[in-house]
Amino acid sequence: MKSSEGARREAGEPSPPETPPGPTTTPRGGDEALFVTCPSCRGPSYRKDVERRLLVCGTCGHHFRLTVEERLRITVDRGTWQETWPGLVGGDPLHWTEAPDGPAYPERVAAARAQTGHREAVVTGTAEIESVPVALGVMDFHFMGGTMGTAVGEKLARLVDLARETRRPLVVFTASGGARMQEGTLSLVQMAKVVAALVRLREACVPYVCVLTDPTTGGVCASLAMRGDVQVAEPGALIGFAGPRVIEQTIQQTLPPGFQRAETLLLQGMVDMVVHRGDLRTSLGRLLRALSKAPDAAR
Amino acid sequence: MPRSYLDFEEPLRELDRRRDAAAIAGDEMQVEALDREIASVARAISAGLGAWQRIALARHPDRPTAIEAFRVLCTDFVELRGDRCFGDDPAVVAGLARRNGRPLAVVGHQRGRDPGDRVRRNFGMARPEGFRKARRVFDLAGRMGLPILTLVDTQGAWPGTESEERGIAESISGCLAALAGAPVPVVAALLGEGGSGGALAFAVADRLLALENGCLSVITPEGCASILDRKRTPEGVARAAESLRMGASDLLRLGVVDVVVPEPEGGAHRDPDAAVQALGREIDRAFADLSEISPAALRSLRDERLRRLGRSELAVLVEPEQVC
Repeated sequence: MKSSEGARREAGEPSPPETPPGPTTTPRGGDEALFVTCPSCRGPSYRKDVERRLLVCGTCGHHFRLTVEERLRITVDRGTWQETWPGLVGGDPLHWTEAPDGPAYPERVAAARAQTGHREAVVTGTAEIESVPVALGVMDFHFMGGTMGTAVGEKLARLVDLARETRRPLVVFTASGGARMQEGTLSLVQMAKVVAALVRLREACVPYVCVLTDPTTGGVCASLAMRGDVQVAEPGALIGFAGPRVIEQTIQQTLPPGFQRAETLLLQGMVDMVVHRGDLRTSLGRLLRALSKAPDAAR
Repeated sequence: MPRSYLDFEEPLRELDRRRDAAAIAGDEMQVEALDREIASVARAISAGLGAWQRIALARHPDRPTAIEAFRVLCTDFVELRGDRCFGDDPAVVAGLARRNGRPLAVVGHQRGRDPGDRVRRNFGMARPEGFRKARRVFDLAGRMGLPILTLVDTQGAWPGTESEERGIAESISGCLAALAGAPVPVVAALLGEGGSGGALAFAVADRLLALENGCLSVITPEGCASILDRKRTPEGVARAAESLRMGASDLLRLGVVDVVVPEPEGGAHRDPDAAVQALGREIDRAFADLSEISPAALRSLRDERLRRLGRSELAVLVEPEQVC
């Protein structure tokens, strides 16, 4: 496992969902920094302490955004993770350049790869969570804002198929600004592609648990992220279709506190539970055992 | 109702006025001559249009809306309303109808015609109720074995607080699932603009047709320009429209759209009935192609069609390896 502090700090492309005061980003400070500043309460914390708390602020409970490695480390049973299709990548169907002076899309992807050590914005594979075998996808917000282009859509659709074929429950951690603008309409249709695979999964009676993490917005929210049989959200996660800034422009008003946050979505009936990161693995284990009719853990 | 003219259509205004005057005066020779001149000017205008101007045509106030198209295409239209949860969204029109005597379910975004109607219908920008109504009709059609025809004509789902509070994302994903799983033929057409997820909600189909100036994009050119440059200049928006390759002909090249239907000279709004009739002929062809296919095979082919999109772009960089 490699450290990716640098990657974490450089998150947010191409359309990081705008966040109200106290942006939910990862601890500031370089790899060697002893202290990190919580973006929510602005309080300094001893880095080791925050890491010991699974990257949750000890003062205010703010959940920092995780790298894929951190997520896997705190979620899956040690030694059970096997990645699938790590080399699958997309192209540049629109020959995209951002403005006359902007970088070409392939350069942006290359930079994201260098930053994260992954080749695309989702990592897929098989693993066990509390001894239950699952098909697992983890979206990576640090890779171009976790946006879904052709490769992300393909990996997710294949993962859904894998879950169906092997009858493993599907677990996806979502973190995304939506469809990837740079691949245009081909990105948009990935929403339909993944949902079509999920329809088959549902018909095969294989369960799907979606864990919505900060942020889950746009086309990813309006496709796979809202189709879980069980919807779990991390505290404080921004979850919604339109970005807060777009909504504010539409209604010409400031949004109320807590708007599009996990706790609000719980009240609105859009998620089943908001689970503290420290309890997430246990909760997932309990859910997955029930859904796969596995015996209860004796432990 | 008086015609509306976009800035690049101005050369047509005076010709149209003279043509109408000649028609009232009963001067048939003059009408014929002017019709020829109008067609040639309209052709010249169309030939020089950029992507952004084509999107302006897709949003043209005189362009046929879904209800008008269903009136031309179908008989015995019965509108079905309400989502059975919260309300009825006039930005979506749904119902049962007949085409060539055969019953089918029809669903489309409805932008509205006159200014009052447009406001009432929220310019075709649907709230969750609209998508849930559509989903209800998709499910009904599936159970009853009725083919589904959808028309896409929206800048996007309504980005308001109430949409979020009532689960706009869930309602869109529900439409995607309903269409993906429908055991009946589904034909969708890009009638006008197709903006983002709210448009895709009606565009999952066995065949996706597009009028020549129809489009489907991951984000509106305005939204794209805002992301690239917060100042959002007209030049930036026009550039975004080019970059997004969202027009019908680009979508045909990308494989997203199966058939592009040519519009009358100058655009569908110059002769709405002819534009819709031309679309109708392709709709018939598509349904005829699909009519003999079993429900299970239809689903497989629909899934396969989605899987094909963007596949040629995919590559594998390296052999699998452990990440963690």
